[in-house]
Amino acid sequence: MIKAVMMMNTQGKPRLAKFYDYMPVEKQQELIRGVFSVLCSRPENVSNFLEIESLFGPDSRLVYKHYATLYFVLVFDGSENELAMLDLIQVLVETLDKCFSNVCELDIVFNYSKMHAVLDEIVFGGQVLETSSAEVMKAVEEISKLEAASNSISLVPKSVSGWRGR
Amino acid sequence: MSSSSTSIMDNLFQRSLEDLIKGFRLQLLGESNFISRALEEIRREIKSTDLSTKSTALHKLSYLAALHGVDMSWAAFHAVEVVSSSRFQHKRIGYQAITQSFNDQTSVLLLITNQVRKDLNSANEYEVSLALECLSRIGTHDLARDLTPEVFTLLGSSKSFVKKKAIGVVLRVFEKYHDAVKVCFKRLVENLESSDPQILSAVVGVFCELATKDPQSCLPLAPEFYKVLVDSRNNWVLIKVLKIFAKLASIEPRLGKKVAEPICEHMRRTVAKSLVFECVRTVVSSLSDNEAAVKLVVAKIREFLVEDDPNLKYLGLNALSIVAPKHLWAVLENKEVVVKAMSDEDPNVKLEALHLLMAMVNEDNVSEISRILMNYALKSDPLFCNEIIFSVLSACSRNAYEIIVDFDWYVSLLGEMARIPHCQRGEEIEHQLIDIGMRVRDARPQLVRVSWALLIDPALLGNLFLHPILSAAAWVSGEYVEFSKNPYETVEALLQPRTGLLPPSIRAVYIHSAFKVLIFCLGSYFSSQETTSSALAQESSSGSSSMNAFTHGSILNLVNVIERDLGPLSGSHDVEVQERAKNVLGYISMIKQEIAEKLNLQDNETESFGVAAFMEDVFSEEFGPVSATAQEKVCVPDGLELKENLGDLKEICGEFLKPMESNSVSYTDKISFSVSKVRIRDQQEASSSSSPPHEASSLLAEHRKRHGMYYLPSQKDDLHSDGTSSDYPLANELANEISQDPFNPKRKPSQSKPRPVVVKLDDGDKSRITPQAKINIQTATEDESLSLAIQSALLVKNKGKEKDRYEGNPYSGQQEKEESSRIEHHQKSENKKKKKKKKNGESSKHKSRRQNEIASASEQVLIPDFLL
Repeated sequence: MIKAVMMMNTQGKPRLAKFYDYMPVEKQQELIRGVFSVLCSRPENVSNFLEIESLFGPDSRLVYKHYATLYFVLVFDGSENELAMLDLIQVLVETLDKCFSNVCELDIVFNYSKMHAVLDEIVFGGQVLETSSAEVMKAVEEISKLEAASNSISLVPKSVSGWRGR
Repeated sequence: MSSSSTSIMDNLFQRSLEDLIKGFRLQLLGESNFISRALEEIRREIKSTDLSTKSTALHKLSYLAALHGVDMSWAAFHAVEVVSSSRFQHKRIGYQAITQSFNDQTSVLLLITNQVRKDLNSANEYEVSLALECLSRIGTHDLARDLTPEVFTLLGSSKSFVKKKAIGVVLRVFEKYHDAVKVCFKRLVENLESSDPQILSAVVGVFCELATKDPQSCLPLAPEFYKVLVDSRNNWVLIKVLKIFAKLASIEPRLGKKVAEPICEHMRRTVAKSLVFECVRTVVSSLSDNEAAVKLVVAKIREFLVEDDPNLKYLGLNALSIVAPKHLWAVLENKEVVVKAMSDEDPNVKLEALHLLMAMVNEDNVSEISRILMNYALKSDPLFCNEIIFSVLSACSRNAYEIIVDFDWYVSLLGEMARIPHCQRGEEIEHQLIDIGMRVRDARPQLVRVSWALLIDPALLGNLFLHPILSAAAWVSGEYVEFSKNPYETVEALLQPRTGLLPPSIRAVYIHSAFKVLIFCLGSYFSSQETTSSALAQESSSGSSSMNAFTHGSILNLVNVIERDLGPLSGSHDVEVQERAKNVLGYISMIKQEIAEKLNLQDNETESFGVAAFMEDVFSEEFGPVSATAQEKVCVPDGLELKENLGDLKEICGEFLKPMESNSVSYTDKISFSVSKVRIRDQQEASSSSSPPHEASSLLAEHRKRHGMYYLPSQKDDLHSDGTSSDYPLANELANEISQDPFNPKRKPSQSKPRPVVVKLDDGDKSRITPQAKINIQTATEDESLSLAIQSALLVKNKGKEKDRYEGNPYSGQQEKEESSRIEHHQKSENKKKKKKKKNGESSKHKSRRQNEIASASEQVLIPDFLL
């Protein structure tokens, strides 16, 4: 199971944070800060794993990847494979890249809602359900269309479900 | 923007999430100010009757909660309102807020059941997806129970987009509502044969979680998993299946033989490192008895280790440390790589290498490995340096210094550690120095030498982390002063002016140790005087070569030095230091006069001799290690009333204290000592020093006879036939007697054994409780009903299946046909079962379930045999 997904910039500002087990917001912030304080002390070109059992409890692992100004972080337990999780970050980034064509930190800052749409297609309740970025893109585009449609035809909301194809 | 926004502006020009984010970036007000202003706005907007305004406000609130730690639990009801909107955008915002902020305690949770049901039944697959996501995150027992029929329907959905999420949600539903297993399990299992990789991946993921929680209940499905393992080429699926087999093989060893071959096949075939690593991990953790597989795996690990990618190197080391306990040769084969990894720039890699090095330690190579590690510790950063020191300390002290043969070397190593600049493990080193002193008689001379070197090193006094080590060094040089080359210098070191840098508690140890040295010097001086005066030319006992070195002048000098250095401390503000200093000074004042006047010291009756002999006896009792459980082992003798008022004790004590007091008139200022004196005198007599008064011991013996029930039982005569016995069993002796340890290292000839005797307590050395085990038991009972539910569901399923298999196996070519007929068959029986269930009342359902549970126990063992 995946326990948490985080994205933060190199100054430690969180850009996206999702915890798959309920946690009070104070605890979430504490964990984000805790993870960042370890991340920022790590040199470049070292392994992408962190010891974080002190933060997230026993049987928790963390992988991260550093892209430009952003850290992508996944926290998970023993039912996931570390290298597969790194691949998953790759899938996520590739999908974002397709979504925003050359994704940068600003895209992630301003597209909070879309970011969640992407992530929710890949990780569902802590389980990895989709690893093909094409499939994810398809769903995300569909969701965007639905949102736009529900906005424009707000006077006849009932028509939404009928309008949608397939 | 003006500071006074009005309610009209709220509705017409409501700030969207994007505006909010832009505002953050401008940072006109400072972050916390900005957040509180935004919250104010949100609180106002969220009360609006317009769902658009409300949902936008909720969206902003979720954003602030996720990224800025703002509490949003107060908006729970608004989230429920927004989710009921018919517009997709609102619904999405609402569900997002609910999954983010609801938990089991949220009271409005009850209100969403119908809405979620409605959305699960929606024709729009994206609405269904939202509701499923919500259920998978916040599903409670009630929600899971109420929505199980919908989940069951969705499991049969023709759209894989919906189906895969329905499979995902099953995990949460099973976990919260065990009876859902009966309804949904069959459909879940059927998907193991799905040709759609997404579906297969989802269902294998669910079984991986179920197998982690309870491998036993998934064991009957091993044939299905095996098929996936052999047939699938999807790495995600294979990784999960491998994880399942790792769990299953740990409870069913025969399974290991069966899966080893396909796993090796995957390892040879695939280029995906993640899959290779998973194969490696499965073999090292669950199939480590399979020689061929282990050989292949070690070769793969070696490939990982020589890669440039630090991730692979790290994981390779990680796998090695899993395999190390069973196949140490694998580690030894890669020794150079491991040692090289110690200087890697990646802290993870270094740490993993360190663990591996420690796994290799045995009594032959401990000195070599420790030497390497000490070199690394010298040049490492503080954190890793201390990690190294700690590893060495714990490896060497394991099981009462099991791997240490040469204690002189080890004690010197401890001394070296103190000199590593970053060393912060002072307390552990302190403990071991003292522990070795007490346990290992033969190590004491070296211990004193090392302590001496530590004490005279002025650099160490300034380092806060090393103070505990110095405390141990001071204690050792006082306690085992008889091995000291030059006690006079020891005293000088103990009382050097820079000891002012030490904390008072440690300073007190220094002063007390100086006192012990003084007593020792006086004692040897007197006894040498005695021997010379009685004109016996015989050499004093061995090991006391320094004894003869004391002249009258040197003793006088020593006394003067101590008096001079301790004088200022008698006014110390710390009570402990002050008291110790005053004790020593008081003692000196008693003896100094006579020594200075150089009275006839041969006379045993002189006060100073008596006092010196008395104190020497105080310190001559040897300390031994005390078991942590010693106190518990003292059984309360029959008739001993521990809780009764001890008012009559005064009478008993007074009876025998009286003569002592009258006897000790000469020690006018020492009356308060009298009680302990009784004991000391008694020991003195027993240790046959010279001719002390007998009355005390006889009185004591008499007292013991009369009030025997107040004494602790002692069998000292059996155990300590070699002197230094006392009527009171001392705490440490007692502990050893009771733990039935043949604690008699005192007179054992050291040459008979190459390794010095190490006093070992039967237990007490380690009294570890394992809280984890307790937790496991708790969770086990929680999961029990789930596993029972799965087992009973499997039983029903397998009854049908056995028949199928019987027909299907001989014609392997026709297997696919059979497979499909099997699915049909299952679907039919599922429907039948479902109908039947609806007809049958609750009571019969329970009864049949219980029967199944009982039957399933015998069934389980049978199923995997098909595979073997």
